Amino acid sequence: MSASTALHLEFSSDPANLPAVRSQMRDWCRTHQWEEKQTGEIVLALDEAITNVIRHGYHGEPGHPILLDAEMVDTPGDGPTAELRLRDFGQQVDPEQICGRDLCDVRPGGLGVHIIRAMTSGIEYRKAEGGGMLAILRKHRDHTAVPDAERRENS
Amino acid sequence: MNTPAPAPLSFRVSSNGGATIATVTGEVDMHTSPRLRAALLDLAAKSSGPLLIDLSACSHMDSSGVGTMVFLKREIERRLRKLYLVGLQPRVRGVFEITNLDRFFNIVRTVEEALTP
Repeated sequence: MSASTALHLEFSSDPANLPAVRSQMRDWCRTHQWEEKQTGEIVLALDEAITNVIRHGYHGEPGHPILLDAEMVDTPGDGPTAELRLRDFGQQVDPEQICGRDLCDVRPGGLGVHIIRAMTSGIEYRKAEGGGMLAILRKHRDHTAVPDAERRENS
Repeated sequence: MNTPAPAPLSFRVSSNGGATIATVTGEVDMHTSPRLRAALLDLAAKSSGPLLIDLSACSHMDSSGVGTMVFLKREIERRLRKLYLVGLQPRVRGVFEITNLDRFFNIVRTVEEALTP
């Protein structure tokens, strides 16, 4: 991990790694002066993205590599932005097929992608060269999550 | 990264006025939710009356934890009982709001609020 601005983590697809990754992500957000609420949102989005990698990319198998890089970037028009790049080497899927379920359908499962989209300014999925997927989560400095009901009332 | 410590999660059961209270302390994620789900379903089978899940000491919950609560609510209602989620921290409550599930659950601030007719 760089001493300046970037965070680089390499860990395996064991769910037991989640608390340590969350803790390091939380520390990085605080170093970059994200508000506490936004920090929680970034950490939750990352947690969900890693969970999806373990569950769908690696089919729940531990021992496979996951790489995380986080840095602050200055996006034209959007200003300071946290950019988290999550790389795995598991099953590739069509990025267009990655979507959450209808929230009116109340049942366990299928909420992760919806939570990631709500907690971030956006997420982009790409098939990575050499296999696996690359997920890029971005959160602009002025972004905070808005509950689904409030979003619908305002739309 | 070094070998991680076990994810901190503990679970305590008490009773109050005919209700069963399960107090969850720590973080609920993909690693801990299977254990929590098994414990809560076991409690659902062995208890009677309203079931209160005290989450005031739960500092993190992701979609796997929310899924566990949906599963539990279905199980409790199948037994014609009521489930309450108590004392959610703002961060945890936010997950239920983001997923629109705050309308699906009985969410109260205190145990007393759940037990008041």
